[in-house]
Amino acid sequence: MTEALLDVRNLSRRFAAVDALQAVNFSVEAGEVHALIGPNGAGKTTFIHHVSGALQPDSGSVHFAGRDVTKLSMHQRVAVGMARSYQITNVFLGLSALDNVALAVQGRQDAGSSFRFWRPARSETAMFEEARSYLEQTGLAQRIDTIAGNLAHGEQRALELAMALATKPKMLLLDEPMAGTGPEESARMVELIEHLARHVTILLVEHDMAAVFRLADRISVLVNGRLICTGTPDDVRADPEVRRAYLGDHL
Amino acid sequence: MAFYRPATYQKPVVLALLLALLALPPALTAFGQEFYIGFATRVLIFALAASSLNLVLGFGGMFSLGHAAFFGAGAYAAAICMSSGIADALLAFPLAMAAAGLLALVVGAISLRTRGVYFIMITLAFAQMAYYLFVSARSWGGDDGLPLASRMMLGGFSLTSDSALFYATLGCLALVMVFFGRLADARFGRVIQAIRENETRMEALGYPVFRYRLICFALGGALAGLAGALLANLTGLASPNLLQWTQSGTLLVMVIIGGVGYLYGGVVGAVILLMLEESLVGVTEHWHIALGLLLLGVVLFAPKGVAALFGKRHD
Amino acid sequence: MIQLVLEQALNGLQFGLMLFLLAAGLTLVFGIMDCINLAHGSLYMVGAYFVAAAAQAADSFWIGLGAGVAGAAVLGLLLELSLFRQLYKRDHLSQVLATFALILIANEAVRWIWGPAALMLNPPEALSGPVEIGGFFYPAYRLVIIAFGLAVAGLLYLLVAKSRVGMWVRAGASNREMTEALGINVQGLFTAVFVFGAALCALAGGLLGPLLAVQVGMGESVLILAFVVIIIGGIGSIRGALVGSLIVGTVDTLGRALLPTLLRALLPADAAATLGPALASILIYLLMAGILFFKPQGLFPARA
Repeated sequence: MTEALLDVRNLSRRFAAVDALQAVNFSVEAGEVHALIGPNGAGKTTFIHHVSGALQPDSGSVHFAGRDVTKLSMHQRVAVGMARSYQITNVFLGLSALDNVALAVQGRQDAGSSFRFWRPARSETAMFEEARSYLEQTGLAQRIDTIAGNLAHGEQRALELAMALATKPKMLLLDEPMAGTGPEESARMVELIEHLARHVTILLVEHDMAAVFRLADRISVLVNGRLICTGTPDDVRADPEVRRAYLGDHL
Repeated sequence: MAFYRPATYQKPVVLALLLALLALPPALTAFGQEFYIGFATRVLIFALAASSLNLVLGFGGMFSLGHAAFFGAGAYAAAICMSSGIADALLAFPLAMAAAGLLALVVGAISLRTRGVYFIMITLAFAQMAYYLFVSARSWGGDDGLPLASRMMLGGFSLTSDSALFYATLGCLALVMVFFGRLADARFGRVIQAIRENETRMEALGYPVFRYRLICFALGGALAGLAGALLANLTGLASPNLLQWTQSGTLLVMVIIGGVGYLYGGVVGAVILLMLEESLVGVTEHWHIALGLLLLGVVLFAPKGVAALFGKRHD
Repeated sequence: MIQLVLEQALNGLQFGLMLFLLAAGLTLVFGIMDCINLAHGSLYMVGAYFVAAAAQAADSFWIGLGAGVAGAAVLGLLLELSLFRQLYKRDHLSQVLATFALILIANEAVRWIWGPAALMLNPPEALSGPVEIGGFFYPAYRLVIIAFGLAVAGLLYLLVAKSRVGMWVRAGASNREMTEALGINVQGLFTAVFVFGAALCALAGGLLGPLLAVQVGMGESVLILAFVVIIIGGIGSIRGALVGSLIVGTVDTLGRALLPTLLRALLPADAAATLGPALASILIYLLMAGILFFKPQGLFPARA
């Protein structure tokens, strides 16, 4: 077996008296869509924060693309190819869609230094052309010059994805991309993620089970800070422990 | 809040004002009001200092209450240059900027690890530390400050006449404002404005936020140092009073009145405040009360004038 | 030498306790309402003037102290109801601008009413002499200040750590929204804290009056020291304010008294003469920087 793209080993974290994560072992293979599910309060968000670098674990390690990134800060992890989108839409509402994505392109290491004080960024046509292409990929071609604050909710979520893509990630970390979207929007989002999955590895955290079972190659289930099962959608559906966690003990 | 964009009428207005300022010294001399050339120079110097704070506060979103430390450090650096034989501003001013910028780099490196109220208090405390340092430095005049034997040369020109210093100051201010205008649109300017709006998002896009903030902070400090060096030439003295925290407060008031995050906010604020001061002093010796009430009025009854200009801050 | 150290340590304790009176109110205002108040030092100055004026009028230090503290409390109440209540909701920029304006007004108003010269405040007759403790003489009045400071610190500790109101205050400092959601009247609580803070300011100003000059501008330098205390201790923490005050008080006092001597022993005379006072005056700021470097949230962070 080749080495996994993301490899989380024995990750533990306590908050006061609560074991938020207990010795979690988790991996994402290059090219797959791996979904992380679990009941509310299972520790999914905490886990995501540890993968993205917003939080530091008490013990255990996070390896990404063959190197130990446990001690790296968030922006350093982005630089090695990990991009994330946020549960709550987190774009620059006052900027146009294009400017939002251009910021993401500009932040990439291969885009050159941003300690440039004189030349107008607007004159860097290559940067904006590239930004445009990510907006096209995410279905926002018609909304390039719209101020992000004026975009519909689903469009803002798509913009969020475009920004994550613009960092040219090896892995996309999507934190509940369907949150707050209507049925029509979420169908479009599923299509979009399916499309993206052809180019990039995806770690998906999601509550919408229809979306998860349609998109995921593998699913992991987190309950009370412990990973109880990892497998194909069919394996997970059949797993007795998962059934117990979701459906209760009284079967 | 969006990236800064100048209003369309800004360019002609600024050019017209620049021409008017160029004509100011001969005009004042013709009317026998030479005294006001010095006052006008002072206004321009504070416009420069306030603009440097605006870069840090308005564009970088860093609420520094210790900016006077860099202003004062620049003045001292100029005076020290003078007393050690460097009388040419072409060398002394860059040295003053380097000294102030370096101080800002050190202060920023420690302060920028904190946020919110902490940052405000810490910058204030460091400025106070710099103040005490200069007060207790006997070789630099202690309480009395360090006088300049004369005004500097600028290349081959002497700055001894008030008009010469006025033009030198105007030139510095114009250069800095052109630089700011370019900066706001350049990569760096876009990054620091975006960091002001949402630093976590920028971190998640791969930007080393701390480094950008620190460079912005140091740049603001260096430009404040330039203003300080000019002021030392105007008054002939580098005084510890320049580093007092009330001076930081004054600069802050200028930026807030003029418009936080607007390119010319610092300039407008400095002009308004100093003109107001000049005219209130004539009316009553207790003009501080009038000024204080005016500021309270701005906060309480024109909240848009303060908060809206700054945009919504995230927590 | 031992005697000098002991005497200076007592001075440091006394100074630290007075700083605590200032920092206690301030740290709660910052902690609970996330409101930056630059005018806290002005309350200290105005309080000292109230005490001095009342003491002169009544010809009694103690009556003056009581009246001055009461006067400052009333002033604090008026300020809170008229101005601060509106400032809490506003951003830090507005808070700084408004309280900076208050400083301008307060300094000028005091100069207008009492004139530019410093006011004299005499300690009570009975306490003006020194007393002998452990083989050396120490001013009785300073001992009384220490006693006052310890009493107030103890009282505050009981109030904040043990009482129900104190529990609300601590809850408000660590999570204001939640405290409000639980039905605690944070608004009223804060008015009380603010008024109490103002009274403590006046108490410190009045007690220190006989030792320092009661003059315009006395509030600003002490305000910044109180900031340093809060930064070191952690915003919103009474315990942090106490520990920070004592650290700043003793380090500053001992530094100023002993550092020049110490340096003279280590360095050539002229180097020591230049370095000594400079180093002594910035010692606490260096300390602050050092603590921040390792603990950016202060020694006792109130927020998790």
